[in-house]
Amino acid sequence: MTKLIMQSLRLTLAFTVLTGLAYPLLVTGIAKAFFRDQANGSLVSRNGRTVGSALLSQKFEGQRFFWPRPSASDFGAVPSGASNLGPTSQILQSNVLARVQAFRGAHAMSGSASVPADMVFQSGSGLDPHISPLSAELQIHRIAGARKTSDSALAALVARFTEPPQFGFLGEFRVNVLLLNLALDQEPKVGSDVH
Amino acid sequence: MKTNDIVQVLVFFILLIGLAPLLGRYMARVFTGESTLLSKLLAPLEKAVYRSGGIQPNEEMSWKQYFLAVLIFNLVGIASFWGIMMTQAWLPLNPMKMGNVPWDLALNTAISFITNTNWQAYSGENTLSYFTQMAGLTVHNFLSAATGIAVLLALARGMRRATVQKLGNFWVDVTRSTIYVLLPLALCMAVVLAGQGVTQTLSAYAEAQTLEGAKQVIPLGPTASQVAIKQLGTNGGGFFGQNSAHPFENPTPLTNFIEVFGLLIVAASLVFTFGLMIGDRRHAWCIFSVMLILLAGSFAVAWWAESQPNPVTANVLPQLEGKEMRFGVMNSVLFATATTGTSCGAVNSMHDSFMPIAGMMPLWNLMLGCIVFGGVGAGLYGMLMHVLIVVFIAGLMVGRTPEYLGKKIQAWEAAWAIVAILLPNILILVGSAIAVSVPAGLAGLGNSGPHGLSEILYGYSSCAANNGSAFAGLSANSVFFNLSLGAAMFIGRFGCIFAVLAIAGSLAVKKTVPASPGTFPTDGLTFTLVLLGIILIVGALTFFPALCLGPIVEHGLMVSGRAF
Repeated sequence: MTKLIMQSLRLTLAFTVLTGLAYPLLVTGIAKAFFRDQANGSLVSRNGRTVGSALLSQKFEGQRFFWPRPSASDFGAVPSGASNLGPTSQILQSNVLARVQAFRGAHAMSGSASVPADMVFQSGSGLDPHISPLSAELQIHRIAGARKTSDSALAALVARFTEPPQFGFLGEFRVNVLLLNLALDQEPKVGSDVH
Repeated sequence: MKTNDIVQVLVFFILLIGLAPLLGRYMARVFTGESTLLSKLLAPLEKAVYRSGGIQPNEEMSWKQYFLAVLIFNLVGIASFWGIMMTQAWLPLNPMKMGNVPWDLALNTAISFITNTNWQAYSGENTLSYFTQMAGLTVHNFLSAATGIAVLLALARGMRRATVQKLGNFWVDVTRSTIYVLLPLALCMAVVLAGQGVTQTLSAYAEAQTLEGAKQVIPLGPTASQVAIKQLGTNGGGFFGQNSAHPFENPTPLTNFIEVFGLLIVAASLVFTFGLMIGDRRHAWCIFSVMLILLAGSFAVAWWAESQPNPVTANVLPQLEGKEMRFGVMNSVLFATATTGTSCGAVNSMHDSFMPIAGMMPLWNLMLGCIVFGGVGAGLYGMLMHVLIVVFIAGLMVGRTPEYLGKKIQAWEAAWAIVAILLPNILILVGSAIAVSVPAGLAGLGNSGPHGLSEILYGYSSCAANNGSAFAGLSANSVFFNLSLGAAMFIGRFGCIFAVLAIAGSLAVKKTVPASPGTFPTDGLTFTLVLLGIILIVGALTFFPALCLGPIVEHGLMVSGRAF
């Protein structure tokens, strides 16, 4: 028995060195050598300051920006979270109805117009960086008004930022909200006459 | 149902069916000690591990010695891992100054990772140091997977060998599984994941000022190295609380594809490894087919259910509550059924928010014991328990002593197979019954009505079957759940391993008798169908009443627009 315990201890230690230190450090080395930005969290900077991660959603409430999907953790990332509300939850029901109303109100939509699902349902991570192309299109008019620019300029921007399924068949069409909003601010035609 | 979805499903299953036999053949060579492409590179590492562990690789073990080695190795693992978590504040690689983990949460987590369950009652990004993630979680992701493979190998040897006591050497099986199979696969996968945007750094969390001027803390860490083995080893414990729904753990459709594929491929390949080790590849294909049918069936039902409108939420479609835009409904449902068919338990969407019937299919997979490919090793040895029951019943029906692979199946084997099948079922039903009867259990509910029962059923099913996924609305970080679910994980894991090794030991000493006209053939359509039937009947008889009170009644109420 003592022999078994000693063997177990020594093996656990050996595997800790191998799989718990050497392996993750090797992966870190390779990743930092070849994919430095990705390994460091795909951080996005503007004028030398970090403004977020291209992979994480952040809060946008202003009229001048595209809005992301609703977040159960209110865009907090430490930790983030989902609602975990079930399909017969009254809370989910009232949240969905409220979000439908709010989206229609903010975008001058009729009382019977349908609102895209990604704008009324909270994501799994609470940090979903994407919205559907349709959700982006529906927001164009509001933002064009706030930025005093044309709908068509924004539509072109949304089209440019619409990502197709990867390799043509994996996943869904989507738009990265942070990158799109950054482009909004940088586009001379769109952002210059606002401030 | 879009064409795009169908293309993805087809590519996925074709790759799985195509690659599993190849990896299976490689593993068979590894486990029978033949040389492989990687031998030159890795053999010195293997020898170094034996030397540092004081292991004599040629010493074989009887089934009792094998079980004792499994048990002691895992108990030492639990103790050391528990210790790391409870002292992490004083250990290195803790840039975010995480405090020590409370004792009950640390115990639950230690049992969880050692039993290949990876149930998590916490979120990694605000609880664990990088050292704990690497030297604790990542290590036991490897070792618990290797333990599952080792037990399967012992069972295969017991079936193949005749008139001997010995089943192989546990240390050798664990070491070879880790070094020749899991480590190379994980290394390749981790690098691809990192290239796609999964973080891999030891730096402290980043801070950003958002475009609207708010402060955002961006959690980082050595994620890719852990996510790779979490999928391949069917462990499932996320680096971050939101697991593979988190963009840093699963940033693109490609990483999602690799992660679903990764969680199935080793377990699926082991079926063919087993076929080669027992010298019956047709039998392996029969078992593989049954697993594939169960997986495809649960996936199809869940996909259909998740595509239906829900009057409670104004019939808004698609159902995206708890799902990520880049994956969509199909990829979320595929991940959910694959992760519960295996004992992986990683999630890329929140099962708690699935439609009732769509959420029932992952639950059903757990109740069957995660035998649809299953945990690496564990899924197949669980499936083989059902095979023994099939052979036993078929033998009784024709009035002959049942045989399996030339071995007589007698009361001892049948009894232990029943134990291995019923033990998790008892843990699920009794555990859930207790939890819904005491205030400490009901206090954890995140949803009311029948969905609340589903949350508790799911929790005990997940732990007893060593899966680890959750209807995560359940707040399980309480002393009651940490201890009761911890016990379910421990008993579910080692109870089954004991039964499997008891059978392996008994089969090893038996003589191999040649097949006679009265032998029930285990390599044809009849066998495949009977095996499928037995699995479904045992599962349905045991769990139908509970499922009626949970997801099935919820479905009826939902259709009539009732909310709770």
